[in-house]
Amino acid sequence: MRIPPASDALVERALAESGTTGCVAIVEDRHLANLRWADNTLTTNGRVHERTLTVVALDGEGHDASAGAVTRTVRSLDEVADLVHAAEDVARRCGPEESARDLPPGESTTDFSEPAPESGIEVFAGLTGDLGGLLDDARADRMALYGYAEHTLTTTYLGTSAGTRHRHVQPSGFLSMTAKGPGGSASTWTGRSTLDFADVDLNEVDVDLRRKLAWSRRRVDVSPGRYPAILPPTAVADLTVYAYWEMGGLAAHEGRTVFADPRGGTLVGRQVLDPRLTLRSDPHDPRRPCSDVVATAASNPLLSVFDNGLTAPAVTWVDQGRLAALVQTRYSAGLTGLPVTPGVDNLLLDVDGATGGLDDLVARTDRGLLLTSLWYIREVDPQQMLLTGLTRDGVFVVEDGEVVGAATNFRFNESPVGCLSRVEDAGATVPTFGREWVEYFPRTAMPPLRVADFHFSTVSDAQ
Amino acid sequence: MPTLDPAFTALPLAALADAALSRAAALGASHADVRVERIRSRDVVVRDRGLAGMHDGEDLGIAVRVVHDGTWGFAASTETDPATAAALAEQAVAVARVSRPLRQDPVLLADEPVYRDVSWVSSYATNPFDVDLADTVALLLDRTGRLLSHPRVDHATGTLQQVQENTFYADLAGTTVTQQRVRVAPELQALGVDAEAGTFETMRSLAAPAGRGYEYVTGADGVHDWDTEVAEMGDLLAEKLRAPGLEPGSYDLVVDPTNLWLTIHESVGHATELDRALGYEADYAGTSFATPDQLGRLRYGSAHMSVIGDRTTEHGLATVGWDDEGVAAQRWDIVSAGRLVGYQLDRSSALLLPASGRSNGCAYAESPTRFAIQRMANVSLQPAADGPTTQDLIADVDDGLYVVGDKSWSIDMQRYNFQFTAQRFFRIRHGRLAGQVKDAAYQGRTPEFWGSLAAVGGPQTYWLGGTFTCGKAQPGQGAPVSHGSPASLFRGVNVLSTAREGGR
Repeated sequence: MRIPPASDALVERALAESGTTGCVAIVEDRHLANLRWADNTLTTNGRVHERTLTVVALDGEGHDASAGAVTRTVRSLDEVADLVHAAEDVARRCGPEESARDLPPGESTTDFSEPAPESGIEVFAGLTGDLGGLLDDARADRMALYGYAEHTLTTTYLGTSAGTRHRHVQPSGFLSMTAKGPGGSASTWTGRSTLDFADVDLNEVDVDLRRKLAWSRRRVDVSPGRYPAILPPTAVADLTVYAYWEMGGLAAHEGRTVFADPRGGTLVGRQVLDPRLTLRSDPHDPRRPCSDVVATAASNPLLSVFDNGLTAPAVTWVDQGRLAALVQTRYSAGLTGLPVTPGVDNLLLDVDGATGGLDDLVARTDRGLLLTSLWYIREVDPQQMLLTGLTRDGVFVVEDGEVVGAATNFRFNESPVGCLSRVEDAGATVPTFGREWVEYFPRTAMPPLRVADFHFSTVSDAQ
Repeated sequence: MPTLDPAFTALPLAALADAALSRAAALGASHADVRVERIRSRDVVVRDRGLAGMHDGEDLGIAVRVVHDGTWGFAASTETDPATAAALAEQAVAVARVSRPLRQDPVLLADEPVYRDVSWVSSYATNPFDVDLADTVALLLDRTGRLLSHPRVDHATGTLQQVQENTFYADLAGTTVTQQRVRVAPELQALGVDAEAGTFETMRSLAAPAGRGYEYVTGADGVHDWDTEVAEMGDLLAEKLRAPGLEPGSYDLVVDPTNLWLTIHESVGHATELDRALGYEADYAGTSFATPDQLGRLRYGSAHMSVIGDRTTEHGLATVGWDDEGVAAQRWDIVSAGRLVGYQLDRSSALLLPASGRSNGCAYAESPTRFAIQRMANVSLQPAADGPTTQDLIADVDDGLYVVGDKSWSIDMQRYNFQFTAQRFFRIRHGRLAGQVKDAAYQGRTPEFWGSLAAVGGPQTYWLGGTFTCGKAQPGQGAPVSHGSPASLFRGVNVLSTAREGGR
């Protein structure tokens, strides 16, 4: 069998073939394994290996440089020259790019020539046995389980003509599980964020789902309105990740987000959230670590191909409620006159004085609605960052510190900025994933929160 | 007539398929299919007077799917030599073995005739990948430049996404299909900031993503009038910036197809996917209120509502010759005079629907490394043969709104409660348009909303909308799909004020 070329060799060959002012080469090597089940039986599965080489040819000096970015799946070193020439041809044709700068000087890391670790379906070998038992038990109890387990290992090799050689291995995984009661009478959900599935306890998942289905047996009529809402960490993640995506320096500079000052400029330095809240990213956070170097195949408002190789250290975005930084390229940092703070691929929200978990938060609540998860979140009005969406898989009524039954689901119309300014109580921050955005942003640590006057706008009959 | 890309057909397609299929058969697979796929993509974004970013992509890979011991197994790779193809067959069987303890009933696939060495190419004049990138950048910059010449436009962005998708499909039964599809999504957006009022608004172009060539991007085919739209967007934005808010309540709506296509997509298209209705997506995309036990009986909407599913409409984004399970493209009824009469099917779900023996060809995988599952056909609301014009529909409304262009969208996991906004809401008073209002959203419950359909426009109002990025499945897969619709009149729809919803 043919031996595929090493990833670091692909990068070095691309840089060696480059005939323009500058060059960026990125290999992304990705192993994916997944299992999916519905109604207590397997539906789809897969084991996938994907490897791509991106070449960004930079043509010209400083602000006049153009960039041609081409990504292909490559199978041999012989294909690299053609890819480099394609990128150079594109660069010559498309003219200067607005964020053009000289590449940042970089360093070489010692592990650059190490191969990419693999992940296969075996990662679930322990899980499938337990899972089979769980599905059998559910069937016996006239419950139905639906779910998904995914593990990915992505190794990124970044090389630039300015000297950067950087390798990053990113493990990622999650389990998502929905349970329906007899005859589809009620539906609930839970999720587990993991790096390797060694820490996923299926018995705990089972207990969690069965408890929520038991809560669903008693129906309580609740009309639409504004109520205290207990948001589990997954729901806080979905709202907060959206707010993070809206924290672009360029967008604020142009005046198109809630973080823009309507009179011009940005709201950096101003109070935007509850003063007990601090929102930050840290690539070296031990719970959900990520890369601390910019590596991007294409420019967008939050990233520039000219920033490839730039260090992306820890950033505090909101410091005790005060907007402290925006997600910047060097270009947008120049426009806004703010520090260069590149986006980081994890997000951590901490609340001063927060204690206990979700159950403790419920126990400390006189009256409120406990949510399971949020879904189908879309922006309705960017001026107030008003989002709409649904509560999904269960809204539980809390009275005097206990769950007393289940309401219907609801459509909500709410702003993450508003929610994070009306925090009544909070639990400790834990690793979690937002159910809606996990595909795009899996690494978060969030607290459960009780938010005053959450706007449950209309009833959703979905269950 | 466009022809198959020789760079794709020059690949050792048959050898790859043979290597995988023969190994799968030797390992005891009862079904095996191989997909060799190459996807070329280009994205260009300009902002104001400069290039903001571009990216070219070319993904080539091979996917092997087997049924072994009644259990699915899937493996895929971006390495594409015959040895890898054979190894993928082994991996797919290994995945099936690991998965076996999790499956109940064995997988059964609906029969389909064998098609040997057939091919199909979508309908377009100029392949956008034959166009010089410099010309595309210049075209977009010319349009953003014209938008910026309007005093109320502060920033303008222009984007073009283009895709060429080549697929070679082969299965153990003997079907081999080679296909090529081309699609483009051109878009403009203008932003206006009113610093005095402390507000901002955007206005987006209405041209739909389409299974067309570069002639649609330039406007040379006469399908979309770009010059007129560019000339009008600034004034429309200025009017929106100074438009009054709306008192929430019940209004009659004339919904333009530029908006209604997305409502059809969410409330009819997804709700009539059989795998969803059976619960396969219960953990992710969701289920459906339109369950199979109600087929032929469920009153989905008024008698004016007839909806067709097809993979055959020329320029449709879901249009193919054969689907990703080797099933020939078809056209069928989904809602007939308001009653649910059909679903979208793939080969494994077709046998789960009583009285259905054949898939209607809705299998699709977004890339060479994804499992083919049931995805949406072009699902379209039918016009009335001698139906009214949009003007006639507006004239029939005393107090209402004319809704143009899609914007935000959201619907619940069973496809009941939805909420949609628009690029522009025009007030209708006494049968005439009376200027834009802002901060509106229409909200409803699917059967009641479609039950309030009082009239559909004639064929002259029919228009094909669509998207590149319908989402479904885990791992997530995007799919391109089109939806045709006439202008339509709905009576007594709940309209919210988004300003009040947000507590302003």
